[in-house]
Amino acid sequence: MSSQIPESLTELVDDFNELAVPDRLQLLLELSDELPPLPERYEGHLDELERVDECQTPLFLAVEVEPAGDPHGTVRLFFHAPPESPTTRGFAGILHTGLDGQTVDIVLAVPDDVPFSFGLAEAVSPLRLRGMVAMLGRIKRQVRDQVVG
Amino acid sequence: MSAQLDSNPSFADYAHPERLVSTQWLADQLSAGLPDLVVLESDEDVLLYDSGHIPGSFKLDWHLDLNDPVTRDYVDAAGFAKVMSERGIGRDTTVVIYGDKSNWWAAYALWVMTLFGHQDVRLLDGGRAAWAEEGRELTREVPTAVPATYPETQREDSPIRAFRDDVLGHIGKPMIDVRSPGEFSGELLSIPGYPQEGAVRGGHIPGAKSVPWGRAAAEDGRFKARADLEAIYQQEKGLHTGDDIVVYCRIGERSSHTWFVLTQLLGFDSVRNYDGSWTEWGNAVRVPVASGSDE
Repeated sequence: MSSQIPESLTELVDDFNELAVPDRLQLLLELSDELPPLPERYEGHLDELERVDECQTPLFLAVEVEPAGDPHGTVRLFFHAPPESPTTRGFAGILHTGLDGQTVDIVLAVPDDVPFSFGLAEAVSPLRLRGMVAMLGRIKRQVRDQVVG
Repeated sequence: MSAQLDSNPSFADYAHPERLVSTQWLADQLSAGLPDLVVLESDEDVLLYDSGHIPGSFKLDWHLDLNDPVTRDYVDAAGFAKVMSERGIGRDTTVVIYGDKSNWWAAYALWVMTLFGHQDVRLLDGGRAAWAEEGRELTREVPTAVPATYPETQREDSPIRAFRDDVLGHIGKPMIDVRSPGEFSGELLSIPGYPQEGAVRGGHIPGAKSVPWGRAAAEDGRFKARADLEAIYQQEKGLHTGDDIVVYCRIGERSSHTWFVLTQLLGFDSVRNYDGSWTEWGNAVRVPVASGSDE
């Protein structure tokens, strides 16, 4: 299974699992703090972004494939969530760190249950992890649509 | 020894003004360094406390700290005593709770503490947003508590908590559904913008009146004045303070906010929160369900 997961993501899986549970929350907070802002071209255009309703606070997501439509292209991910939603931002940060800049094939091969690999269920509760599962699902669906469409 | 009450005149009209404190009162108490006052932050977002909190406050997570990890129920006497003790709370400690979303999770934590009979537990009016908007200090520094001795006290559920069978027997008596209008009518299976939490049927419990919880909060997240609250619950919905009332929502959090409004601000005598709420009722076999809007 690990062969399907990009190194950028397996490194994060290891980083989280090496930490004691309270420290995993701190790492998630760091990823929340470091989530890059939306590029200018998306500012003021949140309505054009996909809304991930499964997160407790709505998260806006944009997925781009470079070159456009190329089934072997590179995936770019952009997220927007307010600072009052650090958990949602942290989940976005995990997926950004792990998947931004990876190829279409690699992103599509990421197992859907990867959000459960970070040892976060005990730190944030399995209920809350659904938000990350939904984000990953929507990223993969958008990539698939853009490549086929 | 309990902390002084907040004599803020805006609380004076409420039935139990001792259950609220203002941001200024809390700031004053904190700078005076009172020994037996503990501040807890209780949020929907499990990381929000870590991103910055009122100096000296501790995190109390509704899911990880107050719910049993296996059975769908609250923690037991020993579990609750541990949660309190670790935060330096004794049985007589004054506890002030605040949180995000107009204190809806803070009200839930207060309601759970009330199940365990903790006497002096108060809400910070306006919650986290009020404190932050006034530019008051938030810190990432996590305090170290001196563990206190908290007695293992059994929960007393029946006065303020309703279970499914209680609600079945309550149909025909006053009930308030505090979810959004779309959830009430059955059009939506979950709160708009929230995770689908798995109810297989939409609608409401027959006879329930729809009063979305947020109607009790002013624009700034503080509670509305007593007269404005009476206009909603008493005049508009025809409830009386002596009525036997059940409130519910999706898992019992938003209805804790309404429970607080009815019992503590308006002085209703008998209000029970049905924490099974729609995630139980909307999945239960052969319980009556009504759809469509109120009235």
